[in-house]
Amino acid sequence: MTANNSASASSADTPMIEVEGLNKWYGDFHVLRDIDLTVARGERIVVCGPSGSGKSTLIRCFNHLESHQQGRITVDGVTMTQDIKRIEQIRRNVGMVFQHFNLFPHLSVLDNCCISQTWVQKKPRAEAEKTAREFLERVQIADQAHKYPGQLSGGQQQRVAIARALCMRPEVMLFDEPTSALDPEMIKEVLDVMVELAQDGMTMLCVTHEMGFAKTVADRVIFMDQGQVIEQAPPQTFFNHPESERTKLFLSQILGH
Amino acid sequence: MTTRTEMIEARRPPDMRRGAVGWLRANLFNGPLNSVVSVITMVLLAMMLWPMAKWALIDADWLGSTREACTGEGACWVFISARFETIIYGFYPDPERWRVDIVLAMLTLLVAWLAIPRLPAKRWVGAFALVGFPIVAYVLLIGGHFGLEVVPTREWGGLMLTLTVATVGIVGSLPIGVVLALGRRSQMPLVRSLCVVFIEFWRGVPLITVLFMASVMLPLFVPTEVEFDKLLRALIGIMFFWSAYMAEVVRGGLQAIPSGQEEAAKALGLGYWRRMGLIVLPQALKLVIPGIVNTFIALFKDTSLVLIIGLFDLLAIIRAGLTDSNWLGFATEGYVFAALMFWVFCFSMSRYSQYIERRLHTGH
Ligand SMILES: Nc1ncnc2c1ncn2[C@@H]1O[C@H](COP(=O)(O)OP(=O)(O)OP(=O)(O)O)[C@@H](O)[C@H]1O
Ligand SMILES: [Mg+2]
Repeated sequence: MTANNSASASSADTPMIEVEGLNKWYGDFHVLRDIDLTVARGERIVVCGPSGSGKSTLIRCFNHLESHQQGRITVDGVTMTQDIKRIEQIRRNVGMVFQHFNLFPHLSVLDNCCISQTWVQKKPRAEAEKTAREFLERVQIADQAHKYPGQLSGGQQQRVAIARALCMRPEVMLFDEPTSALDPEMIKEVLDVMVELAQDGMTMLCVTHEMGFAKTVADRVIFMDQGQVIEQAPPQTFFNHPESERTKLFLSQILGH
Repeated sequence: MTTRTEMIEARRPPDMRRGAVGWLRANLFNGPLNSVVSVITMVLLAMMLWPMAKWALIDADWLGSTREACTGEGACWVFISARFETIIYGFYPDPERWRVDIVLAMLTLLVAWLAIPRLPAKRWVGAFALVGFPIVAYVLLIGGHFGLEVVPTREWGGLMLTLTVATVGIVGSLPIGVVLALGRRSQMPLVRSLCVVFIEFWRGVPLITVLFMASVMLPLFVPTEVEFDKLLRALIGIMFFWSAYMAEVVRGGLQAIPSGQEEAAKALGLGYWRRMGLIVLPQALKLVIPGIVNTFIALFKDTSLVLIIGLFDLLAIIRAGLTDSNWLGFATEGYVFAALMFWVFCFSMSRYSQYIERRLHTGH
């Protein structure tokens, strides 16, 4: 279904993302410590943890918005290096949704969705628009296609951002706290779109504190603290029988009130 | 506690227009103090403007072609009209002036075409303005091809010289400035240092020095066989000088764009030049339109500095006219006219930039 022109040996049984011995420092600050992680195709993973624990940094390594100093990251069979061609090849396969949407304010909603199709995938304009409308339809915002991002509500903007990422037909989607900049009444409309996406079988990695979302769609919940993976488990186990003390403390803090 | 049972229908907003009298009352005469201040201001304005209008318009002499036409009460615009051709063409030879006319007409047409949003085919017209037009203008103005007589640049002058310098300066300094600004933010240390050195060098010297160096010092360094035109040297100096300023203006805009914009573009797989060209620069340049136009205006006015290296721009040619023994004593008319010409161009740029800013506003 997806146009995957990578020269990699991507097949159904290679993992989508493979991380081995990942270490990263900001100056002297050891932000990611010995991370090992395998994300299977179609797997839905929720990453949670206290603020500053390195969740954003981790998923931003997967499309090289951050570079790491040690370890190996392989996305869809392509191993990350400093080579820009390779990085861009990986980025074409990885969609990302940001906390603050990061839509391009000078482009209409439609152009936001077309820009990478026309300039990266080199699709003709008509075809790009068709795909864009298709995905805008899926996030239920097709009627706003000619507006500018500044004229939309936060929830609408985030749905456009999801559509924009999907237009590249990525193999995996990364979400970095997609609902935490939204008012409560808009969170649901974004989560609904994400749930639907999960049900369609998209490989997803979500940094989020929406525990309801984690319980309904996640195959696995990963808990991070101080740059390390403390615990990972299916949601039932994770929420009902957490093992580590840190996890228990964290869960009591965010579910407690 | 009350409960509303019926929802309120949306109503039209009340009519807040007040007409001229209403406006005057609300803005100039609301209260005794404001009224007194308004009246005093208007009286002062009238006292200043009236003699000026009387001199420049009412008592002025408009018709005639010789000094005898000046009756001496008000301004004598005959001084300007008698030497109007020189003011436009400088010392460009009489029979060849049609060439300047064509170039000026083309320039006006191109600028108008690009400036009016409704006109189509902007891309092609823009490409022609940047590539075709300079060649045509060069061939026509300099001559030497197609049987056109050569007109050396020392015979250029007046408005055509001012416009040449300003156009080349404006068209050259913006792209060079953008490249320098990008270079100054580059990850590559060598590129970055080169840009910093370039910018700080040109920003650190006065334009007059640049022009002197271009006309006096450059020939010392460049072998004499290479004959470098004086105007060309001045043009290069002016272009580099202003591109350094432009680079800093553009850099200010680049820094104001949140890093999330570039990250989103990266995540979509766009490469460096596309990220810059499609995402960052359009937003950054829009943000600094006032700064860019400010630089353009400063550049336009400072074209008159070329007079110190012996080029006769609009101002210099009017000044030269003041020493004409037939026309002594018309300095005021000359300078007022020069000021007016400069003002018209600069004010148009300013208004147009405000219009473009409004047009590009997309509600963020
Ligand atoms: N560019 C940077 N330079 C230096 N330190 C950084 C930088 N970016 C992040 N950090 C630090 O790295 C740590 C991890 O940051 P990260 O943004 O990954 O945390 P997070 O788990 O996503 O937190 P939050 O829930 O608040 O988003 C933090 O302590 C942060 O201060
Ligand atoms: Mg974060």
